[in-house]
Amino acid sequence: MMKNIKYLLLRRITQIGLLVLYFGANAYGWNILKGTFGSSLLFGVIPLADPYTTLQVLATGFVLGADVLLGALIITIFYMVVGGRAFCSWVCPINMVTDLANWLRRKLNLDKEEVNYRFLKRRARYWIMVLGLIVSAIVGIAAFEALSPITIMQRGIIFGFGAGISVVIAIFLFDLFGVKNGWCGHLCPLGATYSLIGKTSLIRVKHDHEACTACMKCKVVCPENQVLYMINKESISVTDGECTNCGRCIDVCDDDALGFSIRNFGKEK
Amino acid sequence: MATSDNNRRKFMATTLQSVGLTALGGLLWSGYSDEAKASPLVLRPPGALPEEEFLDACIKCGMCAEACVNRDSNVDKETGEQRPGTLLMAKGGDHRLIGTPFFTPREVPCYMCDDIPCVPVCPSGALDMPSLLNEKKELDINKATMGLAVVHKESCIAFWGLQCDACYRACPLLDEAISLEYQKNERTGKHAFLLPVVHSDVCTGCGLCEKACVTEKPAIFVLPREHSMGRAGSHYVKGWDKNDQKRVGDRKVEEIETHTKRSEKAPADYLNREIEY
Repeated sequence: MMKNIKYLLLRRITQIGLLVLYFGANAYGWNILKGTFGSSLLFGVIPLADPYTTLQVLATGFVLGADVLLGALIITIFYMVVGGRAFCSWVCPINMVTDLANWLRRKLNLDKEEVNYRFLKRRARYWIMVLGLIVSAIVGIAAFEALSPITIMQRGIIFGFGAGISVVIAIFLFDLFGVKNGWCGHLCPLGATYSLIGKTSLIRVKHDHEACTACMKCKVVCPENQVLYMINKESISVTDGECTNCGRCIDVCDDDALGFSIRNFGKEK
Repeated sequence: MATSDNNRRKFMATTLQSVGLTALGGLLWSGYSDEAKASPLVLRPPGALPEEEFLDACIKCGMCAEACVNRDSNVDKETGEQRPGTLLMAKGGDHRLIGTPFFTPREVPCYMCDDIPCVPVCPSGALDMPSLLNEKKELDINKATMGLAVVHKESCIAFWGLQCDACYRACPLLDEAISLEYQKNERTGKHAFLLPVVHSDVCTGCGLCEKACVTEKPAIFVLPREHSMGRAGSHYVKGWDKNDQKRVGDRKVEEIETHTKRSEKAPADYLNREIEY
């Protein structure tokens, strides 16, 4: 039983743990992790900043303070070298909302009747990512931050939700009754940014073709199952940047055909 | 050949679709964003850049609000419990750009802490520390220009002739930002009006006066300076004041002179003509 939810559990502990630290910084004055995803301060010294937010602010034409630029650099390097797109599944609070919607979709058998949303493709998020920077430049505010359910939810937890909760509910309904993996897998420009940043990271899910029995449980549970094209075909790592390193495929695999590994640059690109 | 033609056509169609949908999204998104930032009557933390620039710069991290609520002085002296902070982060429904810090003086004014905890923590530069440094290069909260208090004479009971100096007493820049002007009360013939007058060169916009005001809806209230101040412009100069002449600068007469259709002709021509309406 525990084996089936090992990474799920670890992810929830990480996500909730981080939110508790952020919450405590405001409510009790803790000095471990202050701020929000936009810009944070770790242990009172190390700046962290969201690379996409930083780009949006730069797009408005404002010359940002060095703390934010350094923070964005630290975060970029971390996910580029180590984590891949892990922000989406290990940090982002919206992931808990969309995972719940996705789980309910399966339980309610909604996918069987799924409409083919031809115009909403997974690559839409990259267009939205670029668009967000253009709109930021035109309007003169960080455009995605004006409606981002991610930071609205995070600030909601730290400072109180207000009407902001409706954005979170909207995402939940969209993913449950609208498009499968609609937000995280199709629209979110932050996820798109991390997909691009995380392409080269070291931590990768590796597939063992010899052990695979082609049960396809991994493909059912994967929020970005286009990255699992090698299942039952080749023994290689998942190198697509859209993989969020959530490890659900590893959890559900009964054959030990999937596991985290360090990318081997010698053998595969 | 036929397949490559088909492929090209398909590629063109999908590209066109993507570009079209992106343009649609861009229009909606720009419209929404432009409306979302339109909240002119919002009061920002000390040292905030001018509103337009502030909206560019603020990264919505909330560290100013966290520093504000968690400052050592923010303790209720009677109960020993922490009080709510001055700075709030705009939520959905606050009708201010979401995630940006603001304050509402009637609820919690700015207490003008000497060490200004909210400003140095700003990582983006949206709260501009140099603007709060005095001649000795020390942080000086008295240099803040968060807003400007305005008195509504008709609802201010001091203007009725009642004795009230709540705002004057509450002001942290006592007798500098608000002074009391004495006038004779002609109605009674034997009393004085003690009228509060705000001085815009000193007032920081902290809002302690608005908080202290005894009327049901405050008769003295803080507005962003852009909205509570006029501007004489360069056409009016105090000829008796050297400094005011500097304000206008060394402009030549031709630059100041207004040119209209009527002024193109000589004054005599104009005077000798019949009046046109």
